[in-house]
Amino acid sequence: MKYTGAEIIVKSLEREGIKIVTGIPGGANLPIYDALYKSKVQHVLARHEQGAGFIAHGMARCTGKAAVCFATSGPGATNILTAVADAKLDSVPLIVITGQVATSKIGQDAFQEVDTYGLVLPITKHNFFIRNINELIHVIPEAFRIAESGRHGPVVIDVPVDIQKQVIEFNDWPEFEAKTDIVEIDISEIEWIAEKINRSEKPLLFIGGGINASESTDLLYSLSKKNSIPVTSTLMGLGCFPSQDSLYIGMLGMHGARYTNYILDEADLLISLGVRFDDRAIGKANEFCPDASIIHIDIDHSEIDKIKESDYSIIGDVGYMLNHLIPFINSNSRSDWISRINQIKAQYPNYYQETKDIFYPANLIHVISTLVEPDTIITTDVGQHQMWVAQTYPFQHPRTLLTSGGLGTMGFGLPAAIGAALTNNNKRVVCISGDGSILMNIQELATLADLNLNVTIIIMNNRQLGLVRQQQELFYEKNYFASKFETNPDFCAIGRGFGIRSYDLDGNDKPIDILIKSLKEFGPSIVNVPIHDAENVLPIVPPGAANREMIGVL
Amino acid sequence: MDKIIIGLIVHNHMGVMSHIAGLFSRRAFNLEGILCGQIEDGTRSQIYLLVKNDIRIKQIIKQLEKLYDVIDVSICENYDQTLFDRLHEFNNR
Repeated sequence: MKYTGAEIIVKSLEREGIKIVTGIPGGANLPIYDALYKSKVQHVLARHEQGAGFIAHGMARCTGKAAVCFATSGPGATNILTAVADAKLDSVPLIVITGQVATSKIGQDAFQEVDTYGLVLPITKHNFFIRNINELIHVIPEAFRIAESGRHGPVVIDVPVDIQKQVIEFNDWPEFEAKTDIVEIDISEIEWIAEKINRSEKPLLFIGGGINASESTDLLYSLSKKNSIPVTSTLMGLGCFPSQDSLYIGMLGMHGARYTNYILDEADLLISLGVRFDDRAIGKANEFCPDASIIHIDIDHSEIDKIKESDYSIIGDVGYMLNHLIPFINSNSRSDWISRINQIKAQYPNYYQETKDIFYPANLIHVISTLVEPDTIITTDVGQHQMWVAQTYPFQHPRTLLTSGGLGTMGFGLPAAIGAALTNNNKRVVCISGDGSILMNIQELATLADLNLNVTIIIMNNRQLGLVRQQQELFYEKNYFASKFETNPDFCAIGRGFGIRSYDLDGNDKPIDILIKSLKEFGPSIVNVPIHDAENVLPIVPPGAANREMIGVL
Repeated sequence: MDKIIIGLIVHNHMGVMSHIAGLFSRRAFNLEGILCGQIEDGTRSQIYLLVKNDIRIKQIIKQLEKLYDVIDVSICENYDQTLFDRLHEFNNR
C-alpha cells in the first residue's frame, strides 16, 4: 500500500483506538487535516490551540488513556505549550502532533517557523522531530507507549509539512509492543513494609494522583479499612477515597483542613502512595510529619528521596504493590488512634460557617453537590474557587475532579469540561470557574456551542483575582494592586453572544431554581454567581512555612 | 573528591545533546564539562559529563536514567580529570 506521511499519522491514530482528536488547522498541518477528512476519526475544532490542548486533557484525565491534539507550526505550537507543560506536571498522557515548515526551510526563519523541538524539550516526557518518513511509522505507536507507560506524560511529535505529503509504500504495520509496567517484586520487601504497618500505632495513608493513574482506588479502600488507616489526599488524589468515609481526614497542605495538618504532625508512619511531596502539599519539607517514618511507593524512581528522604521505598505500580501487600496486613480497629483523630477533628473543625446564603462560596459549592449525581465530573479553573471546591466538594469517585494541580493554569476548566463531556456522552459536567479564569479561554464557548454538550459553567464572580487579592491582604500589607478588575464583563451577554443559555443569580429571588435548571436541562449553560468579594480561602499556610503554621486557625 | 565524571551511553542522533544539557539547566544542576563521541557503528555515543559532587548527584543520575535516549548511566571511578583541563591544547596545534 502507498501512504502519505499524513495518512500514516491518521491511520496510526486509528490503530491506537483514537476516536476523537482536537486541534486547529494551519498551513503546516493541512496535509494531516486532508487525511483526517477521509478518516472516521472525529475532529473537534477548538478556537485556540491552548483550548485544543486542554480539551485533550479533559479526555485523557477522564479515561486515563492518551488523548491527541493537533496544532500548526509557529504560533500554533507556541499556543499549545501551556497545555503540554500542564500535562507534564500532572502526569497526563497527551499526544501533541505539530506541523512544521518544510525540511528544506528549517533554520531559515521561514514563515511560522519556530523551534518546536527546543521549546517543548523541558516540558515533555519525550519529544520527537521527524526527519524521515520511515520514522513516522514507528514514532506514533512509540509516542503512545511513552505517554501511557510508567509515569504518564506528554509527548510532542513535530512533523515537517513536506514529510506529511511525501509518499512511501509498505505492506506491514509494525506490531504493538505490549504495554506493561509490571516489574518483579521482592516479596520480602512487601513483608517488611507490612510488618512496619502492622506494628505502627499512628499510621496514615498519604495518597496522590498515582492512585488514579494506577486505577487502585478499590485496593486503597481495602487497605485503609482492613487496618483502620486514616487517609489524607493531595489535590490530585481527591476522589480516590470517599470523602464522607469516617477514615478520611481531608486534603493536606497549604489549604488543607485545619485538623488534617495537625493530625499529620502526630503520625508515626506515613504510607505515601503515588505522591511527589509537592511543596503545596507538605509545606516546609523538613518539618513535615516530624515524628513519622516514611514509606514511599511510586512508579517514578526519581521521586523517591527527591524532596523528603524515605525510610523505605518501593518503585513500581501502586496498584500492583497494594495487591501483594494487603494479604500481609493484619485486621486492626486502632481505636486509640481513631479516637485521637476524632478528638482533633472536633477541636479544629472546618473553617467555613454553615449558612443558607447562596453567595457564600462554601455553601454555593455544597448546594451544587446536592443537585448533581455523586459521579458528576467537576472541572475547575485556578484560584479561590478551585481551593473552595477542593476543600468542600464531597468527591466520592476517582477521576471526578479535573483540575490543574501542578502548573495551576487559569483557563483549564472550560476546555477540560468540553473534553470530559466528549468522553462521557450522558453525564453532566460542571465547570466551576472564577471571573478571572474563565476569560483566559473564553473563546472555547464557541467550541462548546458547536458541540452542544451537557456542560454547566458556574462562574464564582468576585470581580477580582481573589487569591491574589487574598495574598496581598495577608502577606503584602494590604497593598492591593492589579488584583481588582476596573470593569466587569456581563457574562450572560457574552454567553448569549456565543449562543449559550445564560443565567445571572444577581438579584434573582429564586437562585436555587436557576441552579437546578442549569444543571438539569440538556445542553450547555452559564450561571453567573456574584459571590461575596471579601471571602478568603482558609486556612492558609504562608509560603515557606510548616503546615502547622496555618493562618485561619481559631 | 569535589568533582566526579558521569559516563553515558546514548542513542546517537540530533537532539540527544540538547536533552542532556536541558536537563542540567532546568534542574539547576551544574555541568562543568562535556566530552562526546560516537562509538561502535555510530548508532550510539559515549558521553562524559564532569559535574560537581554534591548531595544532589543521586537525583541527577535518576533524572538522566529517565531520558528516553539514554541507554546507560554510570559513575566513572578512576578517571583522569586533566583530560577536561587540557581541552584548550587542541587549539594550539
